[in-house]
Amino acid sequence: MIDLVLEPIDTEQALQRVASQRAGAAVLFLGTTREFTGDRRTLFLDYECYPEMARRKLEELEAAARNRWSIIECLIIHRLGRVELGEASVAIAVSSAHRQVAFEAAQWLIDTIKQVVPIWKQEHWSDGTREWVHPPAGPPRNSTH
Amino acid sequence: MKLAVQLFAGARKIAGCDALWIDLPDGSDVAGLRSALGSAHPELAALLPAARFAVNLEFADEQLRLPADAEIALIPPVSGG
Repeated sequence: MIDLVLEPIDTEQALQRVASQRAGAAVLFLGTTREFTGDRRTLFLDYECYPEMARRKLEELEAAARNRWSIIECLIIHRLGRVELGEASVAIAVSSAHRQVAFEAAQWLIDTIKQVVPIWKQEHWSDGTREWVHPPAGPPRNSTH
Repeated sequence: MKLAVQLFAGARKIAGCDALWIDLPDGSDVAGLRSALGSAHPELAALLPAARFAVNLEFADEQLRLPADAEIALIPPVSGG
């Protein structure tokens, strides 16, 4: 399940959506808006995406995770637009019969989302400047493009 | 052929618009597009080497020949999550 949303993420509802009587574990990962990056202070973040491709990539990642692990339910929610300090910009909820699968799949999903899904954040700094974040390329990795 | 390249995030900010039109010889590949875009819009030069191109919603190799009706986007390094 994939959601791209403008409103704050309802984490209780996210967990309910992956709940299952077959599950022995449900993992919820939240990526939240951090105030300080080094000694620079963030006021808020602004997210934008390439909508059709972002949705397609997220669906591909969910399918790849389901293919690789025995997942019962999988939900990925990403915020767009303005995200305040402390709020979640991304939520990944995974349920499985045993905990290791849910932990591994959730970690792989967030790591891979950060590499291949066309979503960008703009930092709004406390000095009044704003800056689109384009991280330098990391080492080559096994990614699902 | 005349192709529209959609722009996002830092690329959109630098160019000051949502899309750029680029004139390319028929049969051009992604590498040709990258080079033509850098020549026509030198302000994008710093961002281009690390950026990828999406063709019809998929990341494209440099050798991919561009269909004349392709949906093309410049994808600077992503920062979601």
